[in-house]
Amino acid sequence: IVRVRGVDLKTFSFIFFLAIPLDFDISSPLTYGTPSSRVEGTPRSGVRGTPVRQRPDLGSVRKARQVDLHSDGVAEDVATEQSLGQKLVIWGTDVNVASCKEKFQRFLQRFIDPLAKEDEDIGLDLNEPRYMQRLEEINMVGEPFLNVNCDHLRSFDENLYRQLICYPQEVIPTFDMAANEIFFDRYPDSILEHQIQVRPYNALKTRNMRSLNPEDIDQLITISGMVIRSSQLIPEMQEAFFKCQVCAFTTRVEIDRGRIAEPSVCKNCNTTHSMALIHNRSMFSDKQMIKLQESPEDMPAGQTPHTVVLFAHNDLVDKVQPGDRINVTGIYRAVPIRVNPRVSNVKSVYKTHIDVIHYRKTDAKRLHGVDEETEQKMFTEERVEILKELSKKPDIYERLSSALAPSIYEHEDIKKGILLQLFGGSRKDFTHTGRGNFRAEINILLCGDPGTSKSQLLQYVYNLVPRGQYTSGKGSSAVGLTAYVMKDPETRQLVLQTGALVLSDNGICCIDEFDKMNESTRSVLHEVMEQQTLSIAKAGIICQLNARTSILAAANPIESQWNPKKTTIENIQLPHTLLSRFDLIFLMLDPRDEAYDRRLARHLVSLYYRSEKKMEEEYMDMAVLRDYIAYARSYVNPRLSEEASQALIEAYVDMRKIGSGRGMVSAYPRQLESLIRLAEAHAKVRFSEKVETVDVEEAKHLHREALKQSATDPRTGIVDISILTTGMSTTARKRKEELAQALRKLIQSKGKTPALKYQQLFDDLRAQSDTAVTKEMFEEALRALADDDFLTVTGKTVRLL
Amino acid sequence: DDCILDYFMPLTIVLTSQNVPNSDWEKKVTEYFKEKLKENNATNWVPSLNDVPVHYLKPNSLVKFRCMVQDMFDPEFYMGVYETVDPNTNARVLHFGKYRDVAECGPQQEIDLNSSQTVTSERQTFYCVPVPGESAWVKEISFLTDQARVSPSTSYTPSRHKRSYEEDEDMDLHPSKQKEQHMGSGGDIHGCVEPKRLETEASAGHHLISPNCSPPLDLNFPLPGEKGPACLVKVYESWDNFKVNDVLEVYGILSVDPVLSIVNNEERDSTALDPMECMDTAEEHRVHSPPASLVPRIHVILAQKLQHINPLLPACLNEEESKTFVSNFMSELSPVRAELLGFLTHALLGDSLAAEYLILHLISTVYARRDVLPLGKFTVNLSGCPRNSIFTEHIYRIIQQLVPASYRLQMTIENMNHSRFIPHKDYAANRLVSGVLQLASNTSLVVDETQLEQGQLDTTGVHNVTALGNLITWQKVDYDFSYHQMEFPCNINVLITSEGRSLLPSDCQVHLQPQIIPPNMEEYMNSLLTAVLPSVLNKFRIYLSLLRLLDYSISDEVTKAVEEDFVEMRKNDPESITADDLHRTLLVARFLSLSAGQTTLSRERWLRAKQLEALRKVRLQQQKCVNGNEL
Repeated sequence: IVRVRGVDLKTFSFIFFLAIPLDFDISSPLTYGTPSSRVEGTPRSGVRGTPVRQRPDLGSVRKARQVDLHSDGVAEDVATEQSLGQKLVIWGTDVNVASCKEKFQRFLQRFIDPLAKEDEDIGLDLNEPRYMQRLEEINMVGEPFLNVNCDHLRSFDENLYRQLICYPQEVIPTFDMAANEIFFDRYPDSILEHQIQVRPYNALKTRNMRSLNPEDIDQLITISGMVIRSSQLIPEMQEAFFKCQVCAFTTRVEIDRGRIAEPSVCKNCNTTHSMALIHNRSMFSDKQMIKLQESPEDMPAGQTPHTVVLFAHNDLVDKVQPGDRINVTGIYRAVPIRVNPRVSNVKSVYKTHIDVIHYRKTDAKRLHGVDEETEQKMFTEERVEILKELSKKPDIYERLSSALAPSIYEHEDIKKGILLQLFGGSRKDFTHTGRGNFRAEINILLCGDPGTSKSQLLQYVYNLVPRGQYTSGKGSSAVGLTAYVMKDPETRQLVLQTGALVLSDNGICCIDEFDKMNESTRSVLHEVMEQQTLSIAKAGIICQLNARTSILAAANPIESQWNPKKTTIENIQLPHTLLSRFDLIFLMLDPRDEAYDRRLARHLVSLYYRSEKKMEEEYMDMAVLRDYIAYARSYVNPRLSEEASQALIEAYVDMRKIGSGRGMVSAYPRQLESLIRLAEAHAKVRFSEKVETVDVEEAKHLHREALKQSATDPRTGIVDISILTTGMSTTARKRKEELAQALRKLIQSKGKTPALKYQQLFDDLRAQSDTAVTKEMFEEALRALADDDFLTVTGKTVRLL
Repeated sequence: DDCILDYFMPLTIVLTSQNVPNSDWEKKVTEYFKEKLKENNATNWVPSLNDVPVHYLKPNSLVKFRCMVQDMFDPEFYMGVYETVDPNTNARVLHFGKYRDVAECGPQQEIDLNSSQTVTSERQTFYCVPVPGESAWVKEISFLTDQARVSPSTSYTPSRHKRSYEEDEDMDLHPSKQKEQHMGSGGDIHGCVEPKRLETEASAGHHLISPNCSPPLDLNFPLPGEKGPACLVKVYESWDNFKVNDVLEVYGILSVDPVLSIVNNEERDSTALDPMECMDTAEEHRVHSPPASLVPRIHVILAQKLQHINPLLPACLNEEESKTFVSNFMSELSPVRAELLGFLTHALLGDSLAAEYLILHLISTVYARRDVLPLGKFTVNLSGCPRNSIFTEHIYRIIQQLVPASYRLQMTIENMNHSRFIPHKDYAANRLVSGVLQLASNTSLVVDETQLEQGQLDTTGVHNVTALGNLITWQKVDYDFSYHQMEFPCNINVLITSEGRSLLPSDCQVHLQPQIIPPNMEEYMNSLLTAVLPSVLNKFRIYLSLLRLLDYSISDEVTKAVEEDFVEMRKNDPESITADDLHRTLLVARFLSLSAGQTTLSRERWLRAKQLEALRKVRLQQQKCVNGNEL
């Protein structure tokens, strides 16, 4: 937005370096092109009627001298352009404006990419030229910006793409011209705020901030990173307005490379040094400085992240906030630092920045939906080949699971479980049937003796996944896990800071010492682990954030050692409502077995002398594993096959049957869901688009293993799912009921006494019962009877009702 | 002596060689210097910034600097080649910009910024500080030898100051000659003297200004109370090989160009008013271009990573020459070990078991990482230290005398709540603000828990304790980048002195059992140190540094034996030995073998390791009984 601002005149002398005019060229962006092309190209009323807006993002207009290649004798291969007869190119480039424009117009009119998959494609007919549809959109919406994917341009015309990358400052205005001509040709009556500006994005040349080098200067680049700072709005002068103090003659001077050339002589009256700047008739544009830092994923280990300065102009100002992850397309600039106008020495260092042409937030949608497009890691074709080759190996599942944390010995089923967790199930959307999203993430709880490398396993997983978080139950509060509202000290603005759970969206949240977590913190997890969302109502901010995170938790038994005589719930004292949300619960116990000890000893000894290199060879590289998982997560989306569904149904029915034989429920729909997720994850491991019976078999196996470990009733030795779902085994519940009945009988046998002594009753019951009755059991029985409105307990007396 | 002159005038060489611009000269310069530095210990001739204050060194001379990379700034694009124009005659001259901060040109010339001849090149700036916690003896010994060779009779005194003036005059003539060659005309002596005057003015002006307009620049040393110059080290090649916290020795051209200070002042003036400049906040300017008098620049010609900083050892142990040194020392290893053990036993009040463990601790080092598990760390918790006594302080002093770098962390509530442990990124100044835990590899960190009283830890305190715990367990520190954390692996030997068992995790707890209670601790400890001959002390130092660098292996045979042993022990009493115990015993065996100079595990050593462990555990058991409650 071009604004006129009242800025104190004194300031200007500092903002603009008023230099003596050398050979200044007052050219507007539209003076590109040969005279002939201008005559035939711009007579449309629409173009004329719509004001041109400066493009500060392209920098000042360089003097676009055109050079005739014939007369210059420069032997350059521009065969395609010969048909145009004239071989004029912009000085310093090989860009011929007319042909460049024509080619771009052809691109706009003809480019069709039926396979294109982009999030903003909604409503586009993929079989029609896409950019023509975009122009139509501009006509309807009135936003005069045309975003052009460089990848499309590259597939359409390689040479044009190269020119765009190498000479963006010259080529983009040409594109603007071309787009406007087409647009106003089609929609002559359209009223736009200003002429259409073309914004290319997704230039493939540079992706990483670290790889920027002097060769990229003045070229179009795309890099990704995280915004760490943004400045306030800065008004930048685009056009200075001068008035002669003597004759009141006025003139306008455009900014050139950040400077305004002050006219030293009035053209009208020839008085020297009579021209004065009239600041409130000068033109300004908005500008903002943004600091972008390398994304942590792109960085080599052991180095600090690089930063780069961005300049955003006009409507791109204030589009991003610190903390946003963005992809930026722009022109890389290097400006010499002038030490002092009086001293001729110059600091030999350049200041570099990027003039932003296009932003794309990569995490904006993370809070609202699935952003597979931008999340996708770029894999080279060779890498994909390697991964696919790997996936064909019959033992890939075992291979991967053994590559997982090789320093931790054995515990193969646990590793397999974690591996499946890393892959995750397929995401299903049942929103239209009212059930909302189906959880695809697999949650795992590890419990067991201290010192069985649970933490190490968690650390490993945390280091393996790109979006992992590691917290300890002891140290984390509900706030630290969810989100909190913070006041930015600079802007006094309230900012929602996200905690570990939100940060690990689409990743894994590792929680150590899960049992030490306090009640209120744990309650947050209920929502996260089933609904995969987080609701926040704090400081006037009410929102629901996505937290599609898998949870890998580790818990220690309440007594320092795992008590095999107690159930899982009794050992770790976690509410069963939470436990039932874990797909797999594993026990990591110290097995007491000679053969195991022997293998463990050998494994540990080898750690202490073998060289790192030798060990690496044996196992799959962590990087390969990481890529394998990333690839499967983003590209493989298995669906259940007919046989697999059948197998799942059977498995579920079997599970229920086992229980019903003994009068208890041994499986709930939640377990079926778990089975499906596990089977899908296993199919992903094989890069298979179909879930088959083998996958179901493995899911069943793992599920059974985990149950065997965690849901065995220590009193009966039978696997009993209700330990996890209700917190108590069926037999225990039965026993409780029996005791209550016995107590009722006992009280009734005492005749019509309105009140009984508590201790007396307890002793009587103990004397009568053939099994040991603890105080807790007695109290529980009392409570059960109280619930039936049979009695009430007040202090030390029991009253009958 | 031509050779000596060379070292003082490297830029001269660079300048003379660049009269004819060609791409080869860069290579030649580096090779030339590499050659020169190899010649008969020539490295000792080069003055060191660690030793000599900046203002005694000549600008544009060759210097060396031993330092740790504290932060890495963004890459810099500079004018590798630039062209100057004389507006009057239109004469054009090409210049080279490498190894300099300022693109110079004569008074009658100006730089043509749009010249097609301009070549933009890239270099990387590291912010380097002297190795944190470097022991005094390291400095003394390394510069004792240097001084001896530079000027045998005079140590570094004001007399040196005088000499440098003489040389200054000598110097002034040379650049002028250079300039004459460059400009072809009109280079006069005054033109060259001028910057000198400016320097004094600038620095004087600076001293006047700085207290008024801004707080003194924080030089960002990781440890409080550190001294020494911080440097901006400009690296021209293969900077990807260097990492944060690497210890480097760099040879390069010292740049304290007064113009840099002028730049600084000018910019500071303009920042107040110029909104464009506001974006690069004044704070960032202060940090990224501090006055050269305070933070000199070094343009690196040669940089090497150091394996260790012990001056008594050859810098690189793979060379032929060093191999003989190693084998000579190894042959007399056992008496050194015995003496060291005796010395430490005395220091630990007659407890030889604790002394044994202390030796093992001091030669431990992370030699590999298996996925997240660091191997070879051996954190010892020395419990049973008398509370509020100077004992722990003296133990630290003794360790300081033995290892090249160390730090004593007093674990008080106050310290925990208020100090900066974890380095964090300051986005306003765009730099990594250092913390106590930003230490170079193989630094000894002595945590004194006897100082800890009951009290409330605040958020910072909890973070600090967590970070310390992570450092011990995983040998990594998560630096805080405010939007995310970044993990930096480290290799720090942590010794915790405490009364009971430490609240921090440790690999092994040794309970101190003093055999003697000296009536005057201070006197006892002091006499202990004075009683050791310097030559013996030096042997201890070599011993501890050298053994860290040795390789180690276990034969199949011994592996079998260890296996059997483990199975057997588990059979008898599965509670008594867990996988953790085996881990620890293997570690003890490793360091026990190495401490005797053996690079393979023998059965005897394994049994000895088990024996040591058994002794240690018995003590802990006793302690439990004495206290009647669990530790």
